[in-house]
Amino acid sequence: MKVLVAVKRVVDPYVKIRIKPDHQGIETEHVKHAMNPFDEIALEEALRLVEKNQVTEVVAVTVGSDACLETLRHALALGAHRAIHIKTDEALESLNIAKLLHAMVQKESPDLVLLGKQAIDGDNNQTSQMLAALLDWPQATFASTLVMDASAKKLTVTREVDAGLETISFDLPAVVSTDLRLNEPRYASLPNIMKAKQKPLDVVFASDLGVELKHHTEILSVKPPRVRQAGIKVASVDELLDKLRHEAKVL
Amino acid sequence: MRVLVLVEHDHAHINPSTAHVLKAARALGDEAILLVAGAGCSAVADQAAKLAGVTKIFLADDVAYTHFFADNLSALVLACAQNFDAILAPATTFGKDLLPRIAAKLDVTQVSDVTKIITSDTFEHPIYAGNAIETVRVLDAIKVLSIRTTAFDAVVDEQAPCVIEAVNLPAVSSKMTFVDASSSASERPELSSAKRVVSGGRGLQSADQFKLIEDLADALGAAVGASRAAVDAGFIANDHQVGQTGKIVAPSLYLAVGISGAIQHIAGMKDSKIIVAINKDEEAPIFQVADYALVGDLFTLVPELIEKLKA
Repeated sequence: MKVLVAVKRVVDPYVKIRIKPDHQGIETEHVKHAMNPFDEIALEEALRLVEKNQVTEVVAVTVGSDACLETLRHALALGAHRAIHIKTDEALESLNIAKLLHAMVQKESPDLVLLGKQAIDGDNNQTSQMLAALLDWPQATFASTLVMDASAKKLTVTREVDAGLETISFDLPAVVSTDLRLNEPRYASLPNIMKAKQKPLDVVFASDLGVELKHHTEILSVKPPRVRQAGIKVASVDELLDKLRHEAKVL
Repeated sequence: MRVLVLVEHDHAHINPSTAHVLKAARALGDEAILLVAGAGCSAVADQAAKLAGVTKIFLADDVAYTHFFADNLSALVLACAQNFDAILAPATTFGKDLLPRIAAKLDVTQVSDVTKIITSDTFEHPIYAGNAIETVRVLDAIKVLSIRTTAFDAVVDEQAPCVIEAVNLPAVSSKMTFVDASSSASERPELSSAKRVVSGGRGLQSADQFKLIEDLADALGAAVGASRAAVDAGFIANDHQVGQTGKIVAPSLYLAVGISGAIQHIAGMKDSKIIVAINKDEEAPIFQVADYALVGDLFTLVPELIEKLKA
């Protein structure tokens, strides 16, 4: 069993983002970046499947500029066996990412593709579903538990949905997007960070994958949201109730 | 413009999200056609037909659609979607699961969590946990949009029922199999559409003590929400999580109790009309967005609040 894990380099979740003064995007130069936290969960799950002897190979893949190499090295340090960098300097939309991943899936023939349910930059929550559509594979979004039966090539996934939890099963190959509570990712140890430097990291140019990429959107502006002003401090429950009843009129 | 709206429902009742998506559909085009796909769901079609501004209902009633699986449901939508200029669904787990699959098959982009329709091809939506608002123009002919329901008022007016047209296409079977589902459904209002929400966080300390939040919610007739920390700690089930990756809510009154106010939580509730925060830490970031701040021990203040609300 082979698992392909798609990882994305994003602005570190603990960094407060700054909008460019010309409103054309987010400041990403000289800003700390990290692997998208949901993708770390996807990678962790793949590594746990290896430890459970369900999976023999974990391949991390990313799409982007040379800056993404640090994200792939991090994936290798965490335990991925090898990594593939689909190189492009263009900022690509989810559908184009899904098409490039589709081409890579056809080359690599994994039994399972794991991705974070959303990247914390665009918050789009769509690449995994788009990839599943292009492959015509089953999909399980928002995975919070994953049970693999490698011998039967079957996967059972519990999903966090608005109504609660839903468990579904299907035959592999399939695409699964991971939610917060699936696992707690490990940290990379120093020896593993050193060892990662010896692991294979292949570079493929996006333009060599035979995928026709086109622009689907044009970003007109990126602006700060309306800011809420802090209100007032109330001294007691009585004052709070009085304000809610007579000032805010919500009770 | 002809707009197709994918209706979320449980086979018997239409989900409140549809009335919000319909508002967005009406802002976008003059024709709004609602697709009701499910099993034994004709009652849903009847409810949908009465929503003001709906032109027509497509009803696909087949056991193959019992569990709303994204693979065969997207095939159905694609078969129905000819001659439409836009396809809309709520940005709920139903819509998020299904809609990108349709967009990919149509070879068009999806704009996620649309909060404003500016023109027929230009939309606003939040990125970076709501810390930036992006305005995007879609270059594709067909616009596929997931709608943030809290950003559009619900259509409340009714009309004489419109035409319900049965979709007579052979249903494709799904590659997925349903195993089971659990839900923490209760008598309380549904979180995403409730007028009042009481949310608890790590400050509640245990699942037992989280009951205090439920008692306060009941005293207010409110839904129960939670921060990620409270769900991770097992105080309450996942479907109560409010935030960037949980549910987005915008009630008239939001009461945050023992919640420090991580940006991911604030992303899910900052459009509430009135926000009240109760926290012992005067420096908690939640107070920066609260209209009314009550600093103190929640285990003293909340019981007092419940008692006085009941009085």
